Amino acid sequence: MSTLPLHGLTVLEFSQYLSGPSAGLRLADLGAKVIKIERPGTGDACRQLSIGNQWVDESSLLFHTINRNKQSFAADLKDKKDLELVKNLIRISDVMTHNFRPGVMEKIGLDFESVKNLNPKMIYAEITGYGKEGPWKDKPGQDLLIQSLSGLTFTTGNGKTDPVPPGLAVADMICGAHLVQGILAALIRTQKTGEGAHIEVSLMESMLDFQFEFLTTYFASGCLPQRSLINNAHSLLGAPYGIYKTASGYIALAMMPIHKLSAAIDCESLNKYSEEETFSKRDEIKEIIAGFLLQNTTEHWLEKLIERDLWAMPVMNWNELSMHEAYRALDMEQVIYSNGAKPVTTTRCPIRMNEEKFKSDTGAPKLGQHNQQILEELKEIVH
Amino acid sequence: MTLLEGILIADFSQFLSGPSASLRLADLGAEVIKFEREGTGDICRTLYVSDTRIEGESTIFHAINRNKKSFTLNLKTPTGLKKAKKILATADVLIHNFRPGVMESLGLSYEEVYTVHPEIIYAEISGYGTEGPWRDRPGQDLLVQSVSGLTYLSGNRNDPPTPMGVSISDIYAGAHLVQGILAALFQKNRTGKGARVQVSLLESMLDFQFEAITCYYNDGRQLPERSEINNANAYVAAPYGVYKTKDGYLALAMNSITVLGELLKCPPLSVYTDSKKWFSQRDEIKKILSDHLKSQSTGYWLEILEPADIWTAEVLDYSGLVDHPGYEVLKMEQDVLFGNGFKMKTTRCPIRINGKRLTSSTGAPSLGEHTLEIEKKFGLT
Repeated sequence: MSTLPLHGLTVLEFSQYLSGPSAGLRLADLGAKVIKIERPGTGDACRQLSIGNQWVDESSLLFHTINRNKQSFAADLKDKKDLELVKNLIRISDVMTHNFRPGVMEKIGLDFESVKNLNPKMIYAEITGYGKEGPWKDKPGQDLLIQSLSGLTFTTGNGKTDPVPPGLAVADMICGAHLVQGILAALIRTQKTGEGAHIEVSLMESMLDFQFEFLTTYFASGCLPQRSLINNAHSLLGAPYGIYKTASGYIALAMMPIHKLSAAIDCESLNKYSEEETFSKRDEIKEIIAGFLLQNTTEHWLEKLIERDLWAMPVMNWNELSMHEAYRALDMEQVIYSNGAKPVTTTRCPIRMNEEKFKSDTGAPKLGQHNQQILEELKEIVH
Repeated sequence: MTLLEGILIADFSQFLSGPSASLRLADLGAEVIKFEREGTGDICRTLYVSDTRIEGESTIFHAINRNKKSFTLNLKTPTGLKKAKKILATADVLIHNFRPGVMESLGLSYEEVYTVHPEIIYAEISGYGTEGPWRDRPGQDLLVQSVSGLTYLSGNRNDPPTPMGVSISDIYAGAHLVQGILAALFQKNRTGKGARVQVSLLESMLDFQFEAITCYYNDGRQLPERSEINNANAYVAAPYGVYKTKDGYLALAMNSITVLGELLKCPPLSVYTDSKKWFSQRDEIKKILSDHLKSQSTGYWLEILEPADIWTAEVLDYSGLVDHPGYEVLKMEQDVLFGNGFKMKTTRCPIRINGKRLTSSTGAPSLGEHTLEIEKKFGLT
């Protein structure tokens, strides 16, 4: 494998759980050395947080998934000696991330201004829940809560049903991706000017950016977006956009001219609708399509639609997907190893460069696993 | 100096995935030129429509393409191709999201561009990668959500597969493209070499599901089961979910069931002392909670739960959100101006640099608005 693009960079990760560590993971994928600075005894709180009740060793599978390919340095930031060591690490690192609530790093003495004095080239990157001012600043910056406050839960599911939160940590993931963008752009400037930067993102602002199409439309119209009453998939789009049940499973239909759809599936009742009506009458159009598609299988409809280059695909679960040749062609899985723990299968970095996939079989570190190694490296540099 | 000052992006992409990437690069200080087909331009101007339009084009187009320049040309003519290549000779980044083969047939394949300009970052988004049986299928957001398994994670157990109502694959793949482009630019500054950066909507959707799908890979490939009611994550225990109250809704994240039982004065919860059962018995726990929470208003419950540091929040729609002081203080809105003086409101870049919000008052360009200016600048006439 050729040299990775971020080879030689050191990132100190004071972040916990998912948002900040997902950013650290991407930087590690791209070649940076990522050192988790963890509290002795407990470490990143995510070590004790399991999903699906799955554990690898004393840490959860969730922790191993998010923290592969990183090092761990255990240090008590409230202890003077440990803090001094961490400050020495800061002096020789390029990037640091944290996602503490506002005020915590100030108390420790590792806020942006203090760090700038230690290392003026540092890219200091932080994630908060809701920014550092206003009535939400001390609220827990947790994914589902941000989804709920940001309006997102009214974009998914059908109209007139309860708000539906997407079943994944979308705020953490998107916000982590934004942090990576800010860090990398700042590193490019540092190459040119030598100056460091303070990068701030928040889960809430990231979720507002995520909904920028909807909010911009809302600002212009003053009307709340209405999910369609059935088969909703995007409140700003007309029929047929949605997922439909068939005789054998489900099929997804994206944007397509209504007369082309009716010709492809031979559904005469759709002929009376003009293209202009596909938004205003989308519920009744969707009802006709939903009833009609029940009559035959997904494969049957797909053949007719794909023949005419109309935008349709089957709806799959992970069993169906992972057995499909198209999935295997991606080579998306990799196995990672932590010392002594059972091997874990997980996904690789989704970005390819020069047709290379970035893989690494290095698993997540045990708490403090790299203390000795890092202390020795520090000694060499200091002397 | 802005972070990406002096960087020129030649953007051939359409719709949302690629253009959302170039929007972020523009936010961070790069100059973005949209290469658009004469007459029609980015299909998003017309095809991808909401019922709300601004200046005859969809609000969505305006949200995605602010702060960019529009250059029209016909890539299928020798003159058009020559113009494109002349601009590309000074560009730092090329972005496209055509189906595999299209750039090749235009004479703008990676190899051809690389030969004349080895320092370029050639960045592309496909639907399903450039090989395999789906390579020529339409790389569209809902379709990729549907094959990726994502639709079986939202909604409740007996609901049909439920897609996310925001174009997650386009936006997330666009974010990955930005990451790849920036990492490649960083490398170029050290080595002088360009790079080819590739992402696909499907690989990005697998990355998006990496926590949950890693559970699936390692538990004998058992499919996830959404909880029967109030599902918010198939792999997380009760009470995780959104609950109806007397006057609205309440979100509850990871919290202790017994502590909740005490605070909410809900004795039936007190029997669930074994925290392992909060996952295995989540449906019955959620049923108890959901019945109990209906009896009072959201505000009533928040007043009890928030002082006790319970992870909870009210559930807002956009009108509740934009009226909230917590939203106002973020100053997330900005006005953008069009070439003809028309003004509209949209959101700003979510990243702050050195304590400053990144804003730009430049609206989306009309089709070909900057053609003359660019022809002059690059000596194309």
